[in-house]
Amino acid sequence: MIESIEFKLLSPQMIKKMSAAEITKTELYDADGFPVEGGLMDPRLGVIDPGLRCRTCGGRMGECPGHFGHIELVKPVVHVLYAKTIYNILKSICHSCGRYVGEKFKAEKNKKLCPHCGAEIKDVKFEKPYAYKIGNQQVNPEQIREILEKIPDEDLPKLGIKGGRPEWLILTVFPVPPVTMRPSIILETGERSEDDLTHKLVDIVRINRLLSENILSGAPKFIIDDLWELLQYHVATYFDNELSGLPQARHRSGRPLKTLAQRLKTKEGRFRHNLTGKRVNFSARTVISPDPMISINEVGVPLMVAKELTVPVVVTEHNIEDLRKLVLNADRWPGANYIVRPDGRRKRITRENAEEIAKELAPGYIVERHLQNGDIVLFNRQPSLHRMSIMAHRVRVTPWRTFTLNLCVCPPYNADFDGDEMNLHVPQTIEAQAEAEILMEVQKHIRSPRFGGPIIGCEQDHISGCFLLTQKDRVFTREEAFQMLCEIGMRPGIDFTLPNKKEITGKELFSMLIPKGINIEFKAKACRGCEKCLKEKCKYDAYVVIRDGKLICGVIDAKAIGREKGRLLDIIERIHGTEEAHKFLDRVSQLGIRFLDKRGFTCGLDDYDIPEDALKEVKKYVEKTKENVNKLIEKYHKGEIEILPGRTAEESLEAHILGELKKVLSFAEKIVTENLPISDSLIMSQSGARGSLVNLIQISTLVGQETILGERIHRGYRNRTLSHFKWGELSPEAHGFVKNSYKSGLNVYEFFFDVMNGREGLMDKSLRTRHSGYMERRLMNALQDLKVEYDFTVRDGRNVIVQFVPGEDGIDPSKSDWGKLDVETLLLNTMKVSS
Amino acid sequence: MNWEELNSKFPEAIVEKIKEVVKKYNLSDQQAKKFISIVEEMYEKSKFEPGEAIGVVAAQSISEPATQMTMRTYHVAGAAEIKVTLGLPRLIEIFDARREPSTPMMEIYLKKEYNTKEKAVKFASEIKELVVEDVVKSSVVDILNFQIELILDEAAMKNSRITPEELAKRIKESFKTEVRAGKTKVVVKLKEDIEIKDLHKIKNKILSLQIKGIKGIKQTIVRREGNEWVILTLGSNLKKILEREEVDATRTISNDIHEVANVLGIEAARNLIIREVTKTLEEQGLDVDIRHVLLVADIMTVDGVVKPIGRYGVAGAKGSVLARANFEETIKHLTQAALTGEVDKLESTVENVMINQVVPIGTGMVELIYSPKKKGKK
Repeated sequence: MIESIEFKLLSPQMIKKMSAAEITKTELYDADGFPVEGGLMDPRLGVIDPGLRCRTCGGRMGECPGHFGHIELVKPVVHVLYAKTIYNILKSICHSCGRYVGEKFKAEKNKKLCPHCGAEIKDVKFEKPYAYKIGNQQVNPEQIREILEKIPDEDLPKLGIKGGRPEWLILTVFPVPPVTMRPSIILETGERSEDDLTHKLVDIVRINRLLSENILSGAPKFIIDDLWELLQYHVATYFDNELSGLPQARHRSGRPLKTLAQRLKTKEGRFRHNLTGKRVNFSARTVISPDPMISINEVGVPLMVAKELTVPVVVTEHNIEDLRKLVLNADRWPGANYIVRPDGRRKRITRENAEEIAKELAPGYIVERHLQNGDIVLFNRQPSLHRMSIMAHRVRVTPWRTFTLNLCVCPPYNADFDGDEMNLHVPQTIEAQAEAEILMEVQKHIRSPRFGGPIIGCEQDHISGCFLLTQKDRVFTREEAFQMLCEIGMRPGIDFTLPNKKEITGKELFSMLIPKGINIEFKAKACRGCEKCLKEKCKYDAYVVIRDGKLICGVIDAKAIGREKGRLLDIIERIHGTEEAHKFLDRVSQLGIRFLDKRGFTCGLDDYDIPEDALKEVKKYVEKTKENVNKLIEKYHKGEIEILPGRTAEESLEAHILGELKKVLSFAEKIVTENLPISDSLIMSQSGARGSLVNLIQISTLVGQETILGERIHRGYRNRTLSHFKWGELSPEAHGFVKNSYKSGLNVYEFFFDVMNGREGLMDKSLRTRHSGYMERRLMNALQDLKVEYDFTVRDGRNVIVQFVPGEDGIDPSKSDWGKLDVETLLLNTMKVSS
Repeated sequence: MNWEELNSKFPEAIVEKIKEVVKKYNLSDQQAKKFISIVEEMYEKSKFEPGEAIGVVAAQSISEPATQMTMRTYHVAGAAEIKVTLGLPRLIEIFDARREPSTPMMEIYLKKEYNTKEKAVKFASEIKELVVEDVVKSSVVDILNFQIELILDEAAMKNSRITPEELAKRIKESFKTEVRAGKTKVVVKLKEDIEIKDLHKIKNKILSLQIKGIKGIKQTIVRREGNEWVILTLGSNLKKILEREEVDATRTISNDIHEVANVLGIEAARNLIIREVTKTLEEQGLDVDIRHVLLVADIMTVDGVVKPIGRYGVAGAKGSVLARANFEETIKHLTQAALTGEVDKLESTVENVMINQVVPIGTGMVELIYSPKKKGKK
C-alpha cells in the first residue's frame, strides 16, 4: 500500500548516484548487433530482450524495472520546463548577494538597490523559450547557475521552492532514462527501430561530445556558443517538443518526435490513457439484440462467450464433486478452462488431460469455470453518462451470437438495436460479486438518482398493450385470462387467484399483477384536464383508482407504468421494494406484449385519414392566416407595423408573422383531436407509448412552419430562400411554411425547407454532444472527491466540509419520491384509514 | 401530540406534511404515533449512506440530461421580450462563472408605493442608459473650425425627453469645452491643444458619453407579474439600482453571479447559481433534483469566492498533484509540484485509481482496524 508520493527536484549528485552507467558513446550497437557499453542501449540500463538478464540487478525482462544512466554535460543548460520559473527567481533576488528582494528594494536615482548588500538590481528580461538578459547583457546558463547558487537556503521558502536547490534547475548532469521506458522494436524486415526518446538522447550525446572536443581543441568562441545553443535545443525538445518559438525536432520521415511532455499530456497521454483508464481481462463485447421474454435483470450471453469467460471458484469439500464434473467437461459447456494449484501454477484443461486433472483436484485448488446461468456480470454501454450505464445482470447462456437484453433496460443504457454493441465484465472475486449483486443489480436502479422516479419502466408496446387491456369494456373468458397469466409465468393459486366469475374484465386481469395493499389515485395520460374533475366517473376513464391492489377504475398507460412518470411502478417500488417492482415490471411488460399478440397491433396509412370537410376547414384557416400575414406585410411596407421594444421593424414583422403562423398548428390540433379515427396509431399516442399529437398532425393534416434557430427560414439565395420565389418575398410559403401534410406529400420547395429543418437538428446534435461531453468531464473532475462521511457531512478531497447535511435534508433522491418523502401515500399504503 | 419532538427528528417540510396528513385523515393520537414511527423508519431509509459518492452522482445527474438540451443560444422570453441565453450554453456559462454573462439581466421589483403602471414605466425609462449616440443622427468632425458637429435625431430626442440645451450642458460638464446648442444640432468646440490625430477618438468619446440613466442598462421592459409591475432590464448594474429609492431591494436580482457576489455576498451568489441552473434546466423540461444543483453551487462557493468548475477553479484547486495533472495542464502541475516539494497523500479518488489502489469512497471507504488487548495494561 502506497501512502504518499513526494515530488522533488533531482540534484546532480542524486542523478549520478542513481546512475548505473555514464553514457558517452553515440553508437547504439556494435558490428555484431550487441549493445555498446557506454552507449544509449547499455546493458546496465535494464533488459528489453526476453531471455537476457540485467547487468545491474540480474533480473529478467519483466522483473528488472530498468536503471537510469547519466550524461555529464560539458556546459550547463536550462531545464526548459522551468525556464519561466528561473526567470521569476532572477527577477526577485539580488544578483550579487543572492538574497530575496522582491519589492523591498531601495530606490535611488532611477536605480534599484539591494537592501542587503547595496548592489544595483538590474532588470531581467526573458525571451522565450530559454534566453535571459540581465540589464542588456545576454547571460548564459553558466552565469545563471552562479547567481542561483548564491541564494541562501533560508530565502528559498520565500521564493516558493521547497523541493530542492534553484541551481538544480540548470542541468549539469543529465539523467538517461532506462531502456525499459524506451524499448526498441524490431520491424518485420529485421531492422531495429529505436524509440523517439532514444533518438533524442543520441542527439544530446552527439552534440555534447562535439562540444567537448571543440572546447578541448580551443575552437573559436562562436563555434562553441553555436554548439552550446544546439545542445540546449536538443535538451529542450527532449523535455517538450511542442514549445512555442522552437522548431519541432523531427524524425527522418518528417514526423515530429514524441518526447517526454507529449508522452504524458492529453487524452492519449500516459495519465488519461494508461493511468486513469485501464484495460481489463474477463470482458466481452458484441452486438446487442432484444429479448422481451427474459427478465429485466438478465442478459443473454452467447455460448461462445460463456465458454471463454470464467469465474474462479475455490475448491472446498462441499463443491469438489460439482467442480470435478465441470473439469471433466473441459471445453464442453458447462465446463472449465483452467485450474490453479495452491502453489499458484495454472494449468489449462483440455479434453485429453481432463480426467487426470479431475483426479488431482483437492480443496485449496481454484477452478476457473465457464460462465453459467445465474452468474452475476456487469453490463455496460458507452458513453457511460450516468451510473445506470453499468449495471449487474444475471447470465442466461444462449445459443446465439449476440448479447440479448430486456427492452425495459434500454433507456438507462440509451441502447437501441441498430447495431449497438455492449460490454460485459465478469467480477472475479467474491467481494466484487457480492458488491455487484447488492449495489448494481438492475432492479436496484429502477429509481433514478437524477429525479427520484423510475427510469426503468414499460416501453412502447408494453404500454399500448396494457392500455388496450385495461380499457373499459374489455372482457375475457375465464380460460383466456387464466391462459394469459400462466403465459407470463404466474402460478395459479400462488401468484394469482381469479375472481370467481365466468367473465373476467381487463381491469380485473391486470389487478392480478398488482401487489396487495397498494392504494393510489392519479390522473392517467388520457386526462383532458377538465375544469371539474369527475374523478371515478370520468368520461374518458382517465382517473385511475387502485385500492388494496385492485384496479377499480381508470386505464393503465404511460402515467402508470411508463418510465419517468409511472406512478404505479413508483409506488410499488417504494412500498414493496425493488424485488417486487422487478417482478411487477417483468410481468406487466410481458402481459402487454402477450395481449397485443392476441389482439394484433398495426398501423397503416388509413390511420391518418381525416374527413374531407375537416381538412377543408384547416385549409380555410390557413388561407385566412395567409391573408392576415399579407396584411402584416402590407403594414410593414407602409411602415405602420407595431414595433416591439428593442427590435427593428423587420424583426418585429418576423415575430408577428411567426406568431400568426404558429396559430395554424394549434387550430389543426383541435381539428385532429376531434376528427382523427380511432386507430392503433392514435392509441400509441394517447397511451403515451410512442409518438405525439404533433406527429399525428404533421402526417395527417399539415406540417406547419419550419424553423431554423427559432426563426422562419431566411438563408438560401440572395434576397430569397429558393429560386421558386421572387426577390424579397415575405409570404409564408417563401419562408418555410408547409401547408401540405407528410401524407399528401410536400411540393419541391416545401421538401427543401423540411430537409433544412432536419439538417439543423443533426448539426445541433453533434455540436451538443461535444460541448456537454466537456462539461461533464469538468463537472466530474470538480465533484468526484465529494463523499458523505460517517458523520453525515459532505466533504471534498481536502476534507473541507461542503455541506453539513447532504442535500440539506439528508434525503437521497434515489430513495425518494421525486425528491420528497411522500408522507400521504405512505400513510395510505401502510395503515388503514378513511378520510 | 408533542409536535415539538418532531422538529428534532424531521426536516421542517416533512413535519408540516405530517401535521397536514394527520389532520386530513383525522388520526387518533395512537394512530398518529404509529404513523410517525412509520414515517421515521421511512425517513431513515431514505437518507444518504456514509461513503456515498454524492459528487459523482450530482455531476452525472446534471450532465446526463445536458446531452438532451438544445444548443439554441437565444430564446425569446415570453411574447415580445428580451433575448436570453438559454440551454446548454447558459449552463456552461454558469459553471464557468464567467466574469460577464453573455446576456446580463436584472429583474427589478418595486416598493408598494411605486407599484403602479405609470410609475413603473417612468422608472424604467429613467434607469435606461442613454448615450449621446442614441440621440444623434450623424456626427461630423470639422477640422477647419476645430469642432465636432452632432446632428440630432429629433424623434429620439423627444422620446428620451431631452433638449439640445441639456445635451450641450452635459457634454460641457464632462469635456470642459465650449458647446453651442442649436435647434437640430450641437456643436462642440475643441481646445486648441488637441492634436488632429486625436480628433476621432474624442468624437467617439463624446458619442459614448452617458447622458441619462444607469450605466450598463441597455433596455428595459415593464411586465406584469401577478398583481405587481416588474421591470426587466438587459444589462446589469445591481449596485446602482439598489441605491434607488423606488426599488424593493429585498427581491431585486441580477443574473450576473460575480456582480451578485460583490454586491450581496457569497450566500446570495450561491442562491443565484441554484436559481439560474434550476431555471435553465426547467425551461428545457428536464427533471433534475435540486439537491444535485445545491451541491454544485456549494462546491463553487465553499471557499468564499465564486470559483468556476474547471482548471482555474474547483478542479485546479484540488489537494492532489496527480488528480490535477490528470485533468488538464499535466506538465505544469508536475513541474510545479517538484519545485515546491509537494506531497501527494493519495487521499481521494483519481490518485488511487492511477496507482491501482482501492478508492476511499463508497465500499472502499471501509477500513477494518483490530487492536488486540494488551495484557496487564489498561
